[in-house]
Amino acid sequence: MRTMTLTRMLRLVTGLMLLVLVGLPASAETLGVTTSRSDQAHAGRSGGTADHSKFEVLQKDFKSGPEVTAACLTCHTEASRQVMDSIHWTWKFEHGKTGQTLGKSRVMNSFCGNVAANEPRCTSCHAGYGWTKMSEGPPKAADRVDCMVCHDRSGTYSKLEDNAGHPPLSPLAPGSKTITGAMASLFDIAKAAQSVGLPGRENCGQCHFYGGGGDNVKHGDLSSALVAPTKAVDVHMAKEGLNFACSNCHVSRHHQWPGSRYDVQAKDEIGTGKPGERRDVATCESCHGIVPHKAVTLKATKLNDHVERVACQSCHIPSFARGGVATKTKWDLSTAGQLKDGKPFHVDDFIQSDGQRLHTYLSTKGTFEWGENVKPHYAWFDGQMRYTLADQKIDPSRTVELNSFKGSGNDPRSRIWPFKRMQGRQAYDTKLLNLVHNQVFGPETDTAFWTNFDYTKSIKAAMDYVGQPYSGEFGFVDTYMYWPITHMVAPKGDALACNECHGKAGRLAGVTGVYLPGAHPMSLADILGLLLLFATAGGVLVHTGLRFVTSRGGQRHD
Amino acid sequence: MTERVVRIYPLFERFWHWAQAALVLLLLFTGFGLRGLHGLLRFDVAVALHTTAAVLLIILWIFAIFWHLTTGTWRHYVPTTDGLFKVARFYAYGIFKGERHPYRKAYWRKHNPLQALSYLGLKLVLFPTIWLTGLAYLTYGAWDSRPGAPSVLEIVATVHVLTAYAIAAFIIIHVYLLTTGHSFAEHVRPMITGYDKVELTPAEEAYLEADEPGRIRSRP
Repeated sequence: MRTMTLTRMLRLVTGLMLLVLVGLPASAETLGVTTSRSDQAHAGRSGGTADHSKFEVLQKDFKSGPEVTAACLTCHTEASRQVMDSIHWTWKFEHGKTGQTLGKSRVMNSFCGNVAANEPRCTSCHAGYGWTKMSEGPPKAADRVDCMVCHDRSGTYSKLEDNAGHPPLSPLAPGSKTITGAMASLFDIAKAAQSVGLPGRENCGQCHFYGGGGDNVKHGDLSSALVAPTKAVDVHMAKEGLNFACSNCHVSRHHQWPGSRYDVQAKDEIGTGKPGERRDVATCESCHGIVPHKAVTLKATKLNDHVERVACQSCHIPSFARGGVATKTKWDLSTAGQLKDGKPFHVDDFIQSDGQRLHTYLSTKGTFEWGENVKPHYAWFDGQMRYTLADQKIDPSRTVELNSFKGSGNDPRSRIWPFKRMQGRQAYDTKLLNLVHNQVFGPETDTAFWTNFDYTKSIKAAMDYVGQPYSGEFGFVDTYMYWPITHMVAPKGDALACNECHGKAGRLAGVTGVYLPGAHPMSLADILGLLLLFATAGGVLVHTGLRFVTSRGGQRHD
Repeated sequence: MTERVVRIYPLFERFWHWAQAALVLLLLFTGFGLRGLHGLLRFDVAVALHTTAAVLLIILWIFAIFWHLTTGTWRHYVPTTDGLFKVARFYAYGIFKGERHPYRKAYWRKHNPLQALSYLGLKLVLFPTIWLTGLAYLTYGAWDSRPGAPSVLEIVATVHVLTAYAIAAFIIIHVYLLTTGHSFAEHVRPMITGYDKVELTPAEEAYLEADEPGRIRSRP
């Protein structure tokens, strides 16, 4: 017995040692996998085979951004030409379906209004260096493309907030800020140049999370909360989950990306495409297919029927501005310019969920409202955005839609989409009846609004600058601006319950052209039906009553 | 002619009747919920119950149609004007005067003419309408991309709902009429036990006594 036990113990120990020996390299491998998983997913691409820190051309004492770009171009010969063909560079979009010329260089918005006349501030987010005059177009030289803003993986590169796209370089003016509003600091350009890689969320986010002058101000569904989100904030980008980089959905080809807000694919009927086929679209369906609810249940079948008419986003993004970063929901520019003792001031009356106080009034910008976990506005959307440009007539007696779209239940290309509907109040020409440009930025000028607080001067200066006729008289008009909501997709357990729409005063109460059971109790059919029931019940009561009155009705019929 | 207690509702017919009653009530309850008239059920639960009950009811109808055709019991529903006016007059007038119900159940006519006519309307008009509109609604996914589909769906849904209300009105009258004449319990009992008093011709009586003694109770 004892011998048996000893033999067994020996076997056990040998076995354990073997396990440890075999297991060690195995666990090291596992660790390796885990490490690579912490990188963001880029549609299956790993980031290549080169270690940029070993390239001699990058081991220089760079003095400016363009010097780095010139070095990049010695290998990536076509990169600048590709970028210069993209909307990231041109800020111009020829809309084939509506015939309008759009893009940041042209459109008006309900935030700071317009780019032209405010260049070095607005073009701080241009993917290049030194676009100082809108009308002249972006710079022409290949080395003016900013490679690092998208490709720096050291996390040190940024752009100054007011220097037409240049990074903070020596000598750095005290108090300088970057485009994210952080204090600017000098950085090691060579190190940034040597640590390039595929763009992460924080790269795209430097511009796209801070549009409109601050974190999440503009989009509502794009904020710094997406740098390292939890699953509840974004099920795809969650750091502990799928960890998608932006380009995992916005797949790039030759530095061009799908996912335009001007020409949105409101409904994707192709889905995943053929096996192995690459589809250059950023739609949900391109991964999830057009029959996305997989369970073989009645509920899944019914939900799949919804795909035809309801965008995935409508149910799966129950609210935007999630994750603790509020978005601006209203911006009234008409109140800007008030001063206290001749000095600009601010009121910080909105308290974000993290306790941070946000501006609700700024002498430079006017009055704001903010929202967190905002319920979207829903509407039929055919994907085609039409803009009210500065040269178009407006009707100031009504709320002007800065961008608008069509769509209806009878248009098979339309679906019901969620939007952030931004409320604005901004300047227009009261004689010529068009929106006006405004110069807000220009610290050295005596016209810029943020310095001089005088719309009379700032509008005139901007209109002269863009060369558009201006009567000299301005007023303020209410505006709406629509931002399709498509990020911050929630885990499926957080998707909207049916009764959010199929219920009284539901989310789609304002949407017509769709039969929505439960949303409109007491419709005509119900009123007629209930009248029939009441009439029947009434008839029965009268009949019963008569039988009692005649007190013989209870007599047997046999 | 003699009056005898005969099993006029065979087991299947009783099962059909009560299963249909339960399913129709469940359909009405869930249907009202889906229309937003009450909030006692979650919408997805109401959809699941409504659809399941509808599918079960359709299966039951398929069996019932087969049963009517193969057993010849469809003949109970052939409309007749014979005695129709008398029955109508009874409910509108005679009942208040304490008159006797003018109709006697017969072996091949277990419903009075008015009753048979209303059941026929239910079976040929209301049930097929709600069945077809319901199936069209349920399979919307198969035709939703056709031009004008949303408007057609709304019409389909409206017809479905109006038919449902008509069926609900039928149920109110159907239940109320159980209180006329016999006591309520006496009216309901035949649909539970299957047996009721029926006028038999001597030939029918002789046939039942001889060939189907289980269907006819011995004289008291």
